[in-house]
Amino acid sequence: MIRITVDGEPVQGRDGQTIAGVLVGAGRTAWRTSQTGDRGVFCGIGVCHDCLVTVNGVEGVRACRREAADGDRVEREVRA
Amino acid sequence: MTHVAILGGGPAGLAAAQGALAAGARVSLLDEGDRLGGQFWRHHERLTDPRLQHAWHRFGRLRGALADGDAQVHVGASVWWAEASADGVRLRATVGDADGDGRTGLEVDADAVVVATGAHDLALPVPGWTLPGVTTAGAAQALAKRDGVAVGRRTVVSGSGPFLLPVAHSLALVGSEVVAVHEASRLPALARGWLPRPWELAGKAEEFLEYAGGLMRHRIPYRTGSAVVRVLGTDRVEGVVVAAVDADWRPIPGTEREVACDAVALGHGFTPRLEAALALGCAIDGDHRGRFVVVDDTQRTSVARVFAAGELTGIAGADAALAEGAVAGFLAAGGAFDDPRLRGPVAARSRTRAFARRLERAHGIRPGWTAWLDDDTIVCRCEAVARRAIVERADVPLRAMRLATRAGLGPCQGRTCGRTVEAIVAEAGGAAASVGFDRRPVLAPVRIGEVAALAETDPPT
Amino acid sequence: MRAVVIGAGIVGAACALALAERGAEVVVVDRVGVAGETSSRCEGNLLVSDKAPGPEADLAIASNARWRPLAERLDDDRRDGRPATEFEAKGGIVVAFAGGGAALERFADAQRATGIRAVGIDAAALAADEPFLSPEVAHAVHYPDDAQVQPSNATQALLAEAMRLGARLVIGEVTGAIGRTGRLAGVRTSAGEIDADAVVNCAGPWSAEVAARLGARLDIRPRRGMILVTAPMPQRVFHKVYDSDYVGAVGSGDAALQTSTVVESTPGGTVLIGSSRERVGFDERPGVAPAAAIAAKAVRLFPFLERTILLRSYVGFRPYAPDHLPVIGPDPDVAGLVHATGHEGAGIGLAPATAELVAHAVLGAPTDLDPTPFLPSRAGLRETA
Repeated sequence: MIRITVDGEPVQGRDGQTIAGVLVGAGRTAWRTSQTGDRGVFCGIGVCHDCLVTVNGVEGVRACRREAADGDRVEREVRA
Repeated sequence: MTHVAILGGGPAGLAAAQGALAAGARVSLLDEGDRLGGQFWRHHERLTDPRLQHAWHRFGRLRGALADGDAQVHVGASVWWAEASADGVRLRATVGDADGDGRTGLEVDADAVVVATGAHDLALPVPGWTLPGVTTAGAAQALAKRDGVAVGRRTVVSGSGPFLLPVAHSLALVGSEVVAVHEASRLPALARGWLPRPWELAGKAEEFLEYAGGLMRHRIPYRTGSAVVRVLGTDRVEGVVVAAVDADWRPIPGTEREVACDAVALGHGFTPRLEAALALGCAIDGDHRGRFVVVDDTQRTSVARVFAAGELTGIAGADAALAEGAVAGFLAAGGAFDDPRLRGPVAARSRTRAFARRLERAHGIRPGWTAWLDDDTIVCRCEAVARRAIVERADVPLRAMRLATRAGLGPCQGRTCGRTVEAIVAEAGGAAASVGFDRRPVLAPVRIGEVAALAETDPPT
Repeated sequence: MRAVVIGAGIVGAACALALAERGAEVVVVDRVGVAGETSSRCEGNLLVSDKAPGPEADLAIASNARWRPLAERLDDDRRDGRPATEFEAKGGIVVAFAGGGAALERFADAQRATGIRAVGIDAAALAADEPFLSPEVAHAVHYPDDAQVQPSNATQALLAEAMRLGARLVIGEVTGAIGRTGRLAGVRTSAGEIDADAVVNCAGPWSAEVAARLGARLDIRPRRGMILVTAPMPQRVFHKVYDSDYVGAVGSGDAALQTSTVVESTPGGTVLIGSSRERVGFDERPGVAPAAAIAAKAVRLFPFLERTILLRSYVGFRPYAPDHLPVIGPDPDVAGLVHATGHEGAGIGLAPATAELVAHAVLGAPTDLDPTPFLPSRAGLRETA
């Protein structure tokens, strides 16, 4: 079991899951603010960039491609 | 000793590696994923339910060949630059955590390259498709296989092609109710594609019967000639409108009905990932309805030293990718096309090419789908560009249209919307199709500092 | 009076509008359509900051003044999906690292004497204006008149306005001249013949080839430029920010790769990072060297860029004359042919004033601009043609 935070809230996932896998497994469907509302995972394989998050202060990480590490701080990105 | 670089670690790339090793070459294989296998064998040792894998033994053999041979395998290697010259091929990648800021640079110089970058889902836009809970069929499959999670509790699968069946099966196995699978093609088209010359379908028929059996066990209805034509919800998916569609996929008025669900998986076929082949200078054939790398019988592209295999040359599935990869790798390593060891792959390849034509005949996108769009339906998800804006600028050159509307200029660089934007432009009588949307000089996201590290001299101080 | 304008880039579009609104019948001919090449592959700079005193600086100042009402008019008159010019009078800040301040200050002094507004800014003001700029920057000069348009959209808007006034666009390639030697009566194109009283060559990097097909000699060559585009992000760059090494490089005759740093935000949220200059003919495969050089210098200017995602790069060809001045005016040998080309990296900014000079050459329209330094008959051009 691993534990990450999403905008400060703790979320648990299984060791080895991608960040998107952890979030979807926890029942979350959206974690980025786009011009037209919230977005989450769409293509699931790194193509569409809809699932971008900031991880440990680094912007532009595809949640569907990055394996979650225990303690990761995941933050929402907002597209102006 | 010949050094063969292989771009992609899915079925085509792995078979190419095996082929190149068999022909006596040294191999460097690069894949952006954290594990070999590509989308077809996407997996995680502890998380993947083995019932979701197909032809797993084959994957084991291919990995074994890599482990036993003179091969460098780079996973987590995001290739962002590729160039071919008379002297050889050069690839530049970053290796490390996906999109991390602490990756290391990798430069691979090789005598030849096999481009086996595969394909990704093509999901046609539907009003409401930007709502959270709508994913591609491939995302539903990837999250099920790799992460062991379901995209929803009650999922509607819609699109076209045989891939929808394993997706529905996987969703059921990871715990989602699958309300139905909606295949847009109608029975006559399916029959024309699937029924003639059954002997060409060796292996395929069993595979689909297996999936069909899975659908029956889970009581998942498979509805042909129907499609999700609208997604309902305010902040997330709450349901869909399903309609019967005609032979051209145009919704038939009066057949609409609402279905409650919390997830939608859309997949209308696949788009090859052409940017590396284009950067290497390979000739491309076709238009937005299907654009592929031109190869000859030896899987050679129009550029010396550059070979292509798998979905890049036509959407035909894993068996085709394996056969083409085997030929491409063997030839790239300097092997002879008439070598007896290639007889099996060459024979398999002619079968799979026939299969590709059947797939297109049965499931290929029909032009009537645009009738389910509204004028304000978002087509380019990244930049939130609606159909209306694209139609209004359809008469200017593609490059000017993109700059005026921003369609395809966002983070995904038109990977998601390119084909559909082109289709909408074509329908509006606009500029001729071109490879414009597929040309991406920066092949994968890279951080500016990672590029700066290649500067030949430090800036003057 | 019928005028054929060859080329639907920014210069062709501006000329078409200038001629159409002065009463000429205008036909624009382009191989691919509006903004198909150079004008969709550049940054959209409307600069005075990079101009050393001289005729081009005078033209840039005049053109900058003309852009403001023009952009307002184009944007007010939008219809049918015509894009906005995205004109933004954001101003430029030219910066120098330690040791470069004196040269920058000398350059700015000379510019002030010609009427360019150049205001020195101190460290505190600079930190307020551009908080993400490297603290190593030692000197800065603010150019309030530097501005920006989205070049492709501005071109599309200009041409749409010209067409609203009656101009026609023909998609086709110019293949030859109509008329006797030394006197053009129109052009042959792949889409048919077009009779004309005047032909305006606005073919940018391809204008030497077009001139040759029309029986004239013109020495205009392509200069390759590359620009990097980042992923969209919250705004962190607020002006056009240049390293002062830009100043010396534009006019250099050196064929080898040169870069100078230009960093700015776009309304789309991306950051544009320019740019390189290479004289390598029409070669569209730049390799990784220009991107690496541009990236390295940009990171030095804005350290946050190090971790910013690069989305794409693009290359374009800029037309330049051997003496690095625009070429505007009647061809000395072929009557009826007028050139408007050779703007190098400054065509977007110089387009309105260029169009005014073309209207003067074609229609005898009044202008207070001095056409003399840009005439195709000038010595600096004839030597190599």
